[in-house]
Amino acid sequence: MAASPQTLFDKVWQRHEVSAESAATPAVLYIDVHLVHEVTSPQAFTVLRERALRVRRPDRTLATMDHSTPTHPAQVFGGAPIAIESAARQIAELEHNCAEFGIELLALRHAQRGIVHVIGPELGLSQPGQTIVCGDSHTSTHGALGALAFGIGTTEVGHVLATQCLLQRKPQTLAVNVAGSLRPGVTAKDLILAIIGKLGVSGGTGHVIEYRGATIRALDMDQRMTVCNMSIEAGARAGMIAPDETTYAYLTGRPRAPRGEAWERALEVWRALPTDPGARFDREAHLDADSVEPMITYGTNPGMVIPIGGEIPQRPGDARFGEALAYMGFTPGEPIKDRPVNVVFIGSCTNARLSDLRGAAAVLRGRHIAPGLTMLVVPGSQQVKRAAEAEGLHHVFLEAGAEWRESGCSMCLGMNGDVVGRGEYAISTSNRNFEGRQGPGARTLLASPLTAAASAVRGRVTDPRELM
Amino acid sequence: MEPFTTLTSRTVVLPASDIDTDQIIPARFLTTTTRTGLGRHLFADWRYDEHGTPRPDFALNRPEAANCRILVAGRNFGCGSSREHAPWALIDYGIRAVIATCFADIFRTNALKNGLLPVVVDDGTGGWLIAHPGVEVTLDVAQSTLALPSGATVTFPLEAFARHCLLEGVDELGFLLARSAAIYAHERRE
Repeated sequence: MAASPQTLFDKVWQRHEVSAESAATPAVLYIDVHLVHEVTSPQAFTVLRERALRVRRPDRTLATMDHSTPTHPAQVFGGAPIAIESAARQIAELEHNCAEFGIELLALRHAQRGIVHVIGPELGLSQPGQTIVCGDSHTSTHGALGALAFGIGTTEVGHVLATQCLLQRKPQTLAVNVAGSLRPGVTAKDLILAIIGKLGVSGGTGHVIEYRGATIRALDMDQRMTVCNMSIEAGARAGMIAPDETTYAYLTGRPRAPRGEAWERALEVWRALPTDPGARFDREAHLDADSVEPMITYGTNPGMVIPIGGEIPQRPGDARFGEALAYMGFTPGEPIKDRPVNVVFIGSCTNARLSDLRGAAAVLRGRHIAPGLTMLVVPGSQQVKRAAEAEGLHHVFLEAGAEWRESGCSMCLGMNGDVVGRGEYAISTSNRNFEGRQGPGARTLLASPLTAAASAVRGRVTDPRELM
Repeated sequence: MEPFTTLTSRTVVLPASDIDTDQIIPARFLTTTTRTGLGRHLFADWRYDEHGTPRPDFALNRPEAANCRILVAGRNFGCGSSREHAPWALIDYGIRAVIATCFADIFRTNALKNGLLPVVVDDGTGGWLIAHPGVEVTLDVAQSTLALPSGATVTFPLEAFARHCLLEGVDELGFLLARSAAIYAHERRE
């Protein structure tokens, strides 16, 4: 009898079960790659010390620093102290922990440092069929390569350090099928915002999403990462895309990808990963890519999203919705287009890869940002930064009046002092528009790099197609 | 961890849905390297105004909220960031259980690993608790029940393993470390 058809998720899960779940205990799941950063790891190392434990597989662990790190060149490379003293201590503590426990660290001045979810794929460390975890909810990004990748808390960081395993209940599966083609000026960011708008911010809770269909197959790897990155904003811990020729071409020759015979063996395994015909998902959703417009959020969670030509919706009787609009300073029925903007941020693990910077630069080339507006461009990694500079993109940003910084999470969560002022409006290519996310009282509108760049030029919320 | 068997407390209510972990503990407080002391920053931007003065109308600042150990909230509590600082801040403040109609996955996992009980209730029970702040309720971990002031009890889902860890006050690391032989066997198969 032939084995019953399996989904991509089922295959990856099954291959990593040290023991299956029972009524009494969760499954023990083996973790292939553990990414560590400075903010969610210190307390885990403390537990290792308290229990006199070592790191079981330092060879499967890679650390970097991104969340609280400065983006001013002088604070990174010398000349000025790191402005936030507690951040400097946290950075020093990660250096100390990695040295003590024998973990490889891409430290502050390392040429391969960057946002943890940008560097994993960039180095070829993140590969199809792996289990990948990190103390960060946007670990879902790595699912773009066909890995099962999800965020964990600090206690679980300690579990993986000590045992290379996690206790997990098997999640359910949700297929998001996307048909058709994205129109010019519409990006993967707009697509995932439309998907979150459809599913809602808790629509994926308890599920792993597999993004499927012709639209997804046509996306390049950077775009696939943008889509998988925001799975958590629909409540799903992980989002996956089956590996294909696009994936293999992306990984070819990357420093930590397999080579020679090992590459051939890996390819054979990877080619068997995609969901079998006839495999069942617990739930399915469908979306037509042709109908997706440039999207923008208007509220205080990523599910509060509309096409850029739309109006602020009404929800009579929903007190929380009213509070969100009051926080944003918006009124139901008003158009979002042409609302004034104070800050534009191009960065984050969602949209700071080379193609994102190219898109924004294409809109800004030969133009200047609006008077009084602040624009920050923060590359996703130091490698992205150098690649962008090799193409002269930094000149485009600087001549337009934007700031060009060192890589890191920066203004996505404002831990490092890169913040939006109280009451100010920011168009941000990041992933969360929660109250105060980019600084106390900051008002965030999430959008694509194209929309962000176009809005920077006008100083108002602008449909990028008007400038293309 | 302290064993968690039963808990009787009045409730403090935050009726909003989708309360994200950036509200529970804003990112600017995450440069700490310890688990303690975060309670004073719990819900910082809702609790204090821009000058650091407590907002008197915020639920946790009202006198009747003093010593409440059970928080009631709307659906999808704890969405967003995976920061375990969220349950650490709630526990440090004195909260031992959160009642909601659903929880975000990572928050729920993080809560249980720290002895903070996530209690999932049906819409009717959740709606009633939100409409009646300050009532005294009792949680029983062994029975997985929530006793309401009417005398009625409702059961809530709690996996056997999580219940065992709460009741015994043990964490999962010991369990995983004891699986060392099976983990080696898995590594050899690869």
